[in-house]
Amino acid sequence: MTRIRFHQSLEDLKENLLVMAGLAEQSIQRAIEAYRVRDMSICDLVTRSEVAINRMERDIDQAALDLLAMEQPMASDLRFILSVIRINADLERVGDAAKSISDRVRQIDQLPAAELPVDIPRMATLATDMVRKSLQAFIEANADLARTVLTMDDAVDAMNRAAYKALTKVMEEQSHLAPQALNALMISRSLERVADHATNIAEDVIFWVQGADVRHHKSVMAKQNASVKPEPQASAD
Amino acid sequence: MGVGIEVTNLNAWYGTNHTLQEINLNIPANHATALIGPSGCGKSTFVRCLNRMHETNPIARVTGSVKMGEIDIYAGAKPVQIRRRVGMVFQRPNPFPTMSIFDNVASGLKLNGYSNRRVLNETVEKSLKKAALWDEVKDDLRKKSGASLSGGQQQRLCIARALAVDPEVLLMDEPASALDPVSTSKIEDLIFELKSQYTIVIVTHNMQQAARVAEKTGFFLNGRLVEFDSTHKIFTNPSDKRTEDYITGRFG
Repeated sequence: MTRIRFHQSLEDLKENLLVMAGLAEQSIQRAIEAYRVRDMSICDLVTRSEVAINRMERDIDQAALDLLAMEQPMASDLRFILSVIRINADLERVGDAAKSISDRVRQIDQLPAAELPVDIPRMATLATDMVRKSLQAFIEANADLARTVLTMDDAVDAMNRAAYKALTKVMEEQSHLAPQALNALMISRSLERVADHATNIAEDVIFWVQGADVRHHKSVMAKQNASVKPEPQASAD
Repeated sequence: MGVGIEVTNLNAWYGTNHTLQEINLNIPANHATALIGPSGCGKSTFVRCLNRMHETNPIARVTGSVKMGEIDIYAGAKPVQIRRRVGMVFQRPNPFPTMSIFDNVASGLKLNGYSNRRVLNETVEKSLKKAALWDEVKDDLRKKSGASLSGGQQQRLCIARALAVDPEVLLMDEPASALDPVSTSKIEDLIFELKSQYTIVIVTHNMQQAARVAEKTGFFLNGRLVEFDSTHKIFTNPSDKRTEDYITGRFG
């Protein structure tokens, strides 16, 4: 083994990204917990995490840039650093989505309680499961596991479409519930974006491990490997 | 114009040491091909087999076929004829120290019997221009010796000398490893310019250099050609784990 310091730096980069991933994943879980139990103190934690995530994004980008400039990485090392830079950006946006959800929860908290035809916790479970699996694939350098994440995105997309349909109907027919429905719709959209970021992370893992660029081939792959089908929407809030 | 080189079942020995084993590859015409690998892997020996220099060592031996265009250089052709078609540039610039810049470039032509002053003048100018050295030396062609130039200029002088006999193939054995970064960039720019007219084979330890100048790259290890593919493929996603380990520094 040669270039010991360089390879140690790659390990450090991976470790730092995983710390950031832990923060991002925790933020989404907290934002959904705040939604579920209407606890505004949890929203404060999400806001604080977002600051930490943003700081880590800058640090990781700088470390990756230094390695590109100083070490001239090749082959899988080069693909790894490029993937880290991309995953870093996706995790930062997962943090943004968590913050956005917690902002909506604060607004919902000011409104009268309402029964809405959307299952946010179930959608959140699926989206965070995608994030967790994509990061597990990153930890294990497991392209097969990453590919399973790609097949899950359609289910979240379908849930978001169903939520849009059901919630716009609420806004049309029960205008007094429009503010609550709009906030729920924005949360649904944020979760759909979290799933998209998990998909991006999975694609980056495949690129790193196999050198294959599978971006924008999701629909083809999903048709080939469809194993997760969207379940009917439950009408509980 | 350059010619393609088809290497089939090439083996080389130094005494009992089997330094090249069953090498098969096609080097494309009018492109730059880089050869990489650790010291002692056989890449320089391979290049020396392409102009029949390997056999100049009394204990060296070669078997197999090397076709340059239609001619198998190991089947009847004279080494001198081959070397006229194949120019070579070495790691350390080696101009003839006592000769003027002009005579250095003209030496190959004179050796081949050219004496017409006009032809010599034209060829020296053309070769120095191709080697991107003309503007720097045109006023001192006969006044200065080759040894009076800087290292980078000397190397371009050697390239001009190689080009003067109008070869089809240009072999370069670590041509920039003894040069500073600016001189190295000039040599790399030159390789980029020349490859449309010549078939260039470059041995280098500098992998970034291979990535910058060559369309094809071959990785040698322990006398064998492990992988030969597009440079892009070799440096972003090589097929063989040994190539991956070497270029990422995990080798050994």
